[in-house]
Amino acid sequence: MKRIMLGNEAFARGAWEAGVRVVSSYPGTPSTEVTEALTKCGDEIHVEWAPNEKVGVEVAFGACLGGARALSTMKHVGLNVAADPFYTAAYNGVNGGLVLLVADDNGCHSSQNEQDSRFHGRSAGVPVFEPSDPQECKDFMIAAYDLSEKYDTVVLMKSGTRISHSRGIVEEGEREEREVIPYEKNFQKYVSMPAMARKLHVAQEKRLAQIAEDAKAITAGGQPINRVEMNDPKIGIVTSGICYQYVREALPQASVFKMGIISPMPMADIAEFASKVEKLYVIEEGLPFFEEQIRAAGIPVHGGKDMFTIQGEYSANLIREAFGISVPKAALDENADIAAAPGRPPLLCAGCPHKGLFYVLSKLKTTVMGDIGCYTLAALPPTNAIDTCLCMGGSIGMEHGFEKATGSSKNLVAVLGDSTFLHSGITGLLNMVYNEATGTVIILDNRITGMTGHQQNPGSGKNAKGETAPAVNFEELVTALGVKNVTVVDPFEVKELEEIIRRETERDELSVIITRRPCVMITKQTGTPNVITDECRNCRQCLKIGCPTIEVKDGKPFIVQTNCIGCGLCSRVCPFDAIKAVKEGR
Amino acid sequence: MKKNILIVGVGGQGTLLASVLLGNLALEKGYDVKLSEVHGMSQRGGDVVTHVKISDDNVSSPLIEKGEADIIIAFEKLEAYRWLPFLAEGGVMYVNEQQIMPMPVTLGQVEYPSEADEIIAKTAGRLVSFDALAVAEQAGSSKAVNVVLLGAASKDLPFTEEEWMKVIEANVKPKFVELNKAAFVQGARA
Ligand SMILES: Cc1ncc(C[n+]2csc(CCOP(=O)(O)OP(=O)(O)O)c2C)c(N)n1
Ligand code: SF4
Ligand code: SF4
Repeated sequence: MKRIMLGNEAFARGAWEAGVRVVSSYPGTPSTEVTEALTKCGDEIHVEWAPNEKVGVEVAFGACLGGARALSTMKHVGLNVAADPFYTAAYNGVNGGLVLLVADDNGCHSSQNEQDSRFHGRSAGVPVFEPSDPQECKDFMIAAYDLSEKYDTVVLMKSGTRISHSRGIVEEGEREEREVIPYEKNFQKYVSMPAMARKLHVAQEKRLAQIAEDAKAITAGGQPINRVEMNDPKIGIVTSGICYQYVREALPQASVFKMGIISPMPMADIAEFASKVEKLYVIEEGLPFFEEQIRAAGIPVHGGKDMFTIQGEYSANLIREAFGISVPKAALDENADIAAAPGRPPLLCAGCPHKGLFYVLSKLKTTVMGDIGCYTLAALPPTNAIDTCLCMGGSIGMEHGFEKATGSSKNLVAVLGDSTFLHSGITGLLNMVYNEATGTVIILDNRITGMTGHQQNPGSGKNAKGETAPAVNFEELVTALGVKNVTVVDPFEVKELEEIIRRETERDELSVIITRRPCVMITKQTGTPNVITDECRNCRQCLKIGCPTIEVKDGKPFIVQTNCIGCGLCSRVCPFDAIKAVKEGR
Repeated sequence: MKKNILIVGVGGQGTLLASVLLGNLALEKGYDVKLSEVHGMSQRGGDVVTHVKISDDNVSSPLIEKGEADIIIAFEKLEAYRWLPFLAEGGVMYVNEQQIMPMPVTLGQVEYPSEADEIIAKTAGRLVSFDALAVAEQAGSSKAVNVVLLGAASKDLPFTEEEWMKVIEANVKPKFVELNKAAFVQGARA
């Protein structure tokens, strides 16, 4: 049957049809929906959210040793966290097939950088697949498992925002149930001690060379995975992934070498293609990964990064312009200055539990070592309450270093979410205990992994399938690490929270504050909408919480009734008691 | 037949449902179709866009480029304005007159563009602008703005009302089917 599928759903479908049995991942845009889709399968697959990507990859590798086909998915920066197991698993090879899916984010739609995962794949020495539409997402996934087992290698499936988050038509197939392959002890293969590792590295080089040589014969969905589309020989393009689609759109007459396996590159086949076209161009988003290798192989490249940027996303228009082709004529008058239109930065939701905390931190002018989650949005106006944000869990280490440099932790805090703390905050806090820090760490326990679309985590009391699961007790956890001062508070109790933050940041001892209130997107809380009454003296204190439903109308704050969830935070910060819940319903 | 439809709005307004309905209908009628959407950070009240490309030929790129949108369906006025450069010559605009203030406007750092109405009207080959929020509320929920606008835009799309009703039934949670059908029908009359 044909269905419209998100690229990520198609990846999941492919894994399912390929007989995958174990999936362990940590969410991260734009990869999240792959594992999320698999949670909806039946008992034929074990699907779990791991606390971080490193654990996810280790679990998947263990499952592959155990003889099952296994999968772990992550966003590009997640592969950094998982790089340690990844690089060595790449030597070991597999028992059951193992695919790691990584989704890049050129254009930084939802990420802190534009890291290019192709380099990780090449550097680790594993084959890298890159599909260009949802049908290929499914077909390539199945082909990747076959290749993984045939060549005894981990496979990296590279996606990106426009592949993962585009929808297209996909032909569904059946699941092929696979017996678990019996495990056989083989320490030469699975124990990467120096003597074995040296040999494993040699074996890895050999299989990569073999894959490059065999590339022509490798198929996915019945089609060659690398394909040549010979048209007009004047222009020959080497490309892959989403760029292939932009090329087809912008240069329908051009001849194209479309790679599906992008590392190791099929250099002999590219050389053959190059010899048939007049001018060879390389079109790839990001760094000149293909171009440099093609040039190094002695194949002349007529245009590459001298024509195209390494930043951001490409588009058909970008390619048209680079080739001097006219772009579609827009209706808009060329002189209209739309770019001057006000931006619409994202905001914490109406009723978001984090708002109370950042209102207070903003008021206290605290220096805040931030972290990654919905709460990073508090860096924007009106709260401007985050000083820095580096990587998951990074806030704690940064705070510690800051204290060691300045000699003081007064009015200094680290803030990080529950999921982020469990991902990689625990070791940082242990370090603070061990190396005698006096700072304050605030764990924003909203009972869910919010930013990526509300996945369960080891603190939320449910597993990936939504079933009841053990929940970590944050108070006991941090106490066990050696933290003596632990306070739990509802972040909407702003007065109490303010006192606690003052007290704990003054204290010459390490403390942890847990702000606990569930995310409104999971509670779906609705209450009586609030209104600003005539008591309002226009002090605009309520605007400082950054609620999206409070606007300014006729020079005064005004609550848009349809969107107000009645959380009451604005009325708590109003010094004149001017904000009230309205009696009549909506 | 080839139609490029850009659906724009504010995160949380339901642009995704609108595009999924449209995409599924196109598939059923045998067209090729590709959609591209926004997940992640922008969904928290930022500006969001969904691209829908339908064709009886092959669709390659899932993205609509500047100057390529035959139809822009805007769930909010500033967003209609922001995405104007994407409208093709002679393109049609369906605009919800509702204004949702972005934070920089609320904080007084910038003004909501007063010239938006005029420039939208001047640019659109044809403009249908109405208060879709009021229509949605009449139909039963302020959340149905997305389907109201889809109903309005259906006049420019090659599907019958009956086909739309079927695709709503197949893709919307049972308890919201009647609401969405009503919203669609009222939107189509707007
Ligand atoms: C290494 C890494 N993995 C995943 C992500 C994606 N990511 C960003 S924020 C976030 C979750 C944040 O959840 P939590 O800490 O609970 O905060 P909330 O969003 O709920 O406020 C994730 C998974 C990332 N940025 N980096
Ligand atoms: S999703 Fe939850 S945690 Fe994230 S901004 Fe909204 S309410 Fe806050
Ligand atoms: S009660 Fe106040 S803070 Fe809460 S959602 Fe309504 S306007 Fe926003």
